[in-house]
Amino acid sequence: MSKKILTTPISAQDVETLSIGDIIYLNGYLITGRDDVHQRVIKQGRAIPVDLTGKAIFHAGPIMQAVEGQPGKYKVISIGPTTSMRMEKLEKEFIEKTGVRLIVGKGGMGEKTASGCTLNKAIHAVFPGGCAVLAAECVEEVEGVEWLDLGMPEAMWIMRVKEFGPLIVSIDTKGNNLFEKNKRGFNEKKIPEIEEICRHVDYLK
Amino acid sequence: MDLQSQREKLIDIVARFTAYSSKHLPDDVSGKLAELRGQEQSDVAKIIYDSMFQNLEMASRLDRPTCQDTGIIQYFVQVGTRFPLIDEIEDCLREAVLKATVIGPLRHNAVEVFDEENTGNNVGYRIPWIDWEVIPHSDELKIYMYMAGGGCSLPGTAKVLMPLEGYEGIVKFVFDQVTSYGINACPPLLVGIGIAGSVEVAAKLSKKALLRPIGTRNGNPIGADLEQRIEDGLNAIGIGPGGLTGSKSVMGVHIEQAARHPATLAVGLSTGCWAHRRSLIRIDADLGYEVLSHKGATL
Repeated sequence: MSKKILTTPISAQDVETLSIGDIIYLNGYLITGRDDVHQRVIKQGRAIPVDLTGKAIFHAGPIMQAVEGQPGKYKVISIGPTTSMRMEKLEKEFIEKTGVRLIVGKGGMGEKTASGCTLNKAIHAVFPGGCAVLAAECVEEVEGVEWLDLGMPEAMWIMRVKEFGPLIVSIDTKGNNLFEKNKRGFNEKKIPEIEEICRHVDYLK
Repeated sequence: MDLQSQREKLIDIVARFTAYSSKHLPDDVSGKLAELRGQEQSDVAKIIYDSMFQNLEMASRLDRPTCQDTGIIQYFVQVGTRFPLIDEIEDCLREAVLKATVIGPLRHNAVEVFDEENTGNNVGYRIPWIDWEVIPHSDELKIYMYMAGGGCSLPGTAKVLMPLEGYEGIVKFVFDQVTSYGINACPPLLVGIGIAGSVEVAAKLSKKALLRPIGTRNGNPIGADLEQRIEDGLNAIGIGPGGLTGSKSVMGVHIEQAARHPATLAVGLSTGCWAHRRSLIRIDADLGYEVLSHKGATL
């Protein structure tokens, strides 16, 4: 089976053919952006210092190391995904404002992001959580950093990546949401499990 | 050895122990993950486990933190009253975090409340968090180190139930939280539950439950039975690695308790992600040491 690879700039058609559960990889530009970047761009309305049109953002706060003797140059040590749900509040507006096509993170996002993905032809995909060295080894170069005043985890790190993945599509452009679907399944299955346990735990005398 | 040299030695041991723990999972966690991996059938679960094990191998080989989120550093200290450096421990632990942050390197995770500034060195007001237990008649120091990452700290919660809600209320509380917040916290999780009379005791015990080795059971047979039932029940839901479905959900369920008030039944919940960076070191009076959580570890 050949690897399905998205390359930046990513077009609307590139993501429209994808569905939840598909496994893909990324070539090109991946820029970190998490809580504080969303706060600045949407809530504070500040101009974003990196053009994200057709590119990918990564909900991630990396460990970066300054390269000795090369001021402003960094090497990525560890960079895994962070909990995407934290950005749910502002992600829809972020997609609209920036033109980002691929959002990479961990765990699911909600209805608001899903509608933003449908309207603007973008997708959310997850990188396996905790696999930060695996991800770091897919980074060809850290090209730069913006908003470093936010601290190492919250800054925008601009990276060029090669076959970055595996990425599992969790929200597609057709309104499907893998984690919400899974959650419905878990919630159905938990009812009989709770009932069974509760038959045995009446410890009060 | 003079006091200054002893301090430097203690700082160095704890710094290297902390940095080491960011790069290698403890034996019980690695063993459990290997067992769970073998039980998965679906393509997606296999792909996630393959990535996890590939990542662990790379972290070890390249000497890097397995997860970028090296957390807020927490030390759970059991100090003997006769440990010679008892007066120096708190200061040495702060120094050790500064040093570990550089030698790891660890991510900068301490953000001062109100000022909203990242201190840039993992030390802040009351951080590293230190929990003290005093051991009479002992001259040893035991330190549990835990990297409290953001993802696995997010599902944390505690609540005081009315006693007539019963242990049934506790079971429901745990299942609801694990199937909502828990699925985003890097499953398979280690689930820590505290049961007590007030909220802060239950919350603290839920974290202490995460320090117990996987596979151990609550000392009370009824508590042990409840752990097993909740574990089996959560596993039957099939949350799978990364919350992407699979044949199992958790690495384990641990409960710790303190006697409660007749009128309250408090429950606390803490979760540990699959990259459960919890380690234990024993340091002798002469500053010899052994890493108990990672067999054969050389710092």
